[in-house]
Amino acid sequence: MRVALFITCVNDTLYPETGRAVVRLLTRLGVDVDHPLGQTCCGQAHYNTGYRHEAEPLARHFADVFGAYDAIVTPSGSCAAMVRELYPRMGERARAEGRGDTLARTLAPVVPKTYELTEFLVDVLGVTDVGAHYPHTVTYHPTCHGLRALGLGDRPRRLLEAVGGLELAELPGAEECCGFGGTFAVKNADVSAAMGTDKVMNAASTGASVLCAADNSCLMHLSGTMSRLSVGMRPVHIAEILASTREEPSA
Amino acid sequence: MSGTFVGMPAFPEAARGAVHNATLRANLRHATTTIRRKRAVAVAELSDWAELREAGKQIKDHTLRHLDRYLEQLEDAVTAAGGTVHWAADADEANRIVTGLVKATGETEVVKVKSMATQEIGLNEALEAAGIRAYETDLAELIVQLGDDRPSHILVPAIHRNRGEIRDIFRAEMTRWGRPAPDDLTDTPAELAEAARLHLREKFLRTKVGISGANFMVAETGTLVVVESEGNGRMCLTLPETLISVVGIEKTVPTWRDLEVFLQTLPRSSTAERMNPYTSMWTGTTDGDGPRAFHLVLLDNGRTDTLADAVGRQALRCIRCSACLNVCPVYERAGGHAYGSVYPGPIGAILSPQLRGTDSDIDASLPYASTLCGACYEVCPVAIDIPEVLVHLRERVAQGGQVTRAGTKVVLKPARGHAAERAAMRATRWALTHPGAVRAGQRLAARTRRFHPSRLPGPGKAWTATRDLPAVPPESFGDWWKRTNGGTRDERGGSR
Repeated sequence: MRVALFITCVNDTLYPETGRAVVRLLTRLGVDVDHPLGQTCCGQAHYNTGYRHEAEPLARHFADVFGAYDAIVTPSGSCAAMVRELYPRMGERARAEGRGDTLARTLAPVVPKTYELTEFLVDVLGVTDVGAHYPHTVTYHPTCHGLRALGLGDRPRRLLEAVGGLELAELPGAEECCGFGGTFAVKNADVSAAMGTDKVMNAASTGASVLCAADNSCLMHLSGTMSRLSVGMRPVHIAEILASTREEPSA
Repeated sequence: MSGTFVGMPAFPEAARGAVHNATLRANLRHATTTIRRKRAVAVAELSDWAELREAGKQIKDHTLRHLDRYLEQLEDAVTAAGGTVHWAADADEANRIVTGLVKATGETEVVKVKSMATQEIGLNEALEAAGIRAYETDLAELIVQLGDDRPSHILVPAIHRNRGEIRDIFRAEMTRWGRPAPDDLTDTPAELAEAARLHLREKFLRTKVGISGANFMVAETGTLVVVESEGNGRMCLTLPETLISVVGIEKTVPTWRDLEVFLQTLPRSSTAERMNPYTSMWTGTTDGDGPRAFHLVLLDNGRTDTLADAVGRQALRCIRCSACLNVCPVYERAGGHAYGSVYPGPIGAILSPQLRGTDSDIDASLPYASTLCGACYEVCPVAIDIPEVLVHLRERVAQGGQVTRAGTKVVLKPARGHAAERAAMRATRWALTHPGAVRAGQRLAARTRRFHPSRLPGPGKAWTATRDLPAVPPESFGDWWKRTNGGTRDERGGSR
């Protein structure tokens, strides 16, 4: 099986350690993962801000770069949801606008092959115990697009529960949005900050030392809020926890 | 605070005050989390909820697709049952019709059933200008009216008020409108309800004209349906001599059988009740029982224009349950008033810019009043994909395009204030289809990382006012991959 890593533009630029963790994890599980260097961005920020026509070339570029692989794995629920939920919708809209089937046909091949990391582990590889060791108390925030658009359900939770040494603390109000929302974070900064503060205070109330999620963009917002509030927690992407072992522990 | 929404600022400014108002935040948090929890329990009781939701969606979509036919069927049935049907293209026409009908009775006061449609058109203000006093009889609407306030929720319009505030309003204001509240009124719910009951009772017994909306209109028989919890609505629907109902055209359902679906999904979604306490249904007039005259004012006011939009029309499925408000984290913090409309919350954010257009600051900002978290879509009992419509309306605001206004197709220009954003989106689209440009940008950012400021000026301040920026790493993932051949060569160049 030819597996490609779609790192996402945010991770590529700001969180390379998450990408390295995915590579370590998948390699350990016997997956030969490739990272096509032509990849850039799924176009979600453009699409969700109302620039569908600017997102279309990015979607076509994505399909071009990843079309030949058997599976495309990404450490982001949000970007996976963009490909799986919104690429078909973009194709439909183009058709409804009288622009024919070209876009829909171009995007169709990558849609069913794109997996968020925990989905790929549980559904495709069929593992929940990935042999990880992470001796910390962790609370898990299910990010919205993973939770509601992809329906990740308890997959991340099952993976975390199987991690050696890890103690999982229940996050109050877990299913409520953290307030990031892409450009919402700056367009509606006051509401966004209020939501972020509530999420961080809920996380801090668990006594956990680590706030874990499967999306670094949400964690970027929460991390920035945490350091201002000085709550003494750190955000960690789930890939870094799952990649951690006794021999090679993640921070 | 005035009773209208004219001249509202854009959502972010309107929300700012609410976000920093601790009392309001506490009131909203308490109320929405309570009702949210109860709704989840009430919905979980039904094993066929998903099927009911799908059925509700399909009934509404079918009706909307053939609305012309069903409205004419409804008109015929109402007329045959002794009612009179009036057609109102917009708010002004509806207000003119209702004012004329009240004046024709010679009365100068009316009792009102809780109604979103009459608030949408500003009927109370229009009646007041014509010298007619309208008494709101829903308990929460009474609180809003006495407080010279605005509703902040579809179902519980005074959700932003706590018991102490309500007692103060009753004590100060009831006397101007009729029977005063007792001097020793406390803030216990039973005493507050009793004060309202006594205050309203004299109005029910005296007033000759009732005005209502309706939750549903059954086309096959011309039957109107009002569901409510207090019984005050039924008083207004049965005691007056003349009943005038103002109803949005999208409230039509084809048959009685269709009610079976909505009378299950609406109460559970809105008040978390298995069945609402009062379901009033009436068909025209009946000799010796109830109002002697019945008028139905069918209200368009932007609905036909909304129907013309293939993506946006799903908003017309809404049955006004307000489950989306109760679950929305943005609503919980911004409060209902920030939405600048009688329709607040996620549904308001997609209804108002369609019914009113996107010309005003508030209407152009509403599509952005969401993180697109999807909680609203998940709870919607008629499966309105609110995030989909929000994004669609963002496109309309940012890019312009064809819309229907007053039955005519017009091409909208992009909204003011989005020029810089448009340029940025175009530039990033170019860069992101040229991987080399992205790499160059990343390397520049990495090389200059020690000089990155922690607080940004201008628009960036919106981020750094409350959040630190992430540190730019010395090397992007892509560069690491290339340098180490996907981690197979270690940092010193040897193989792993």
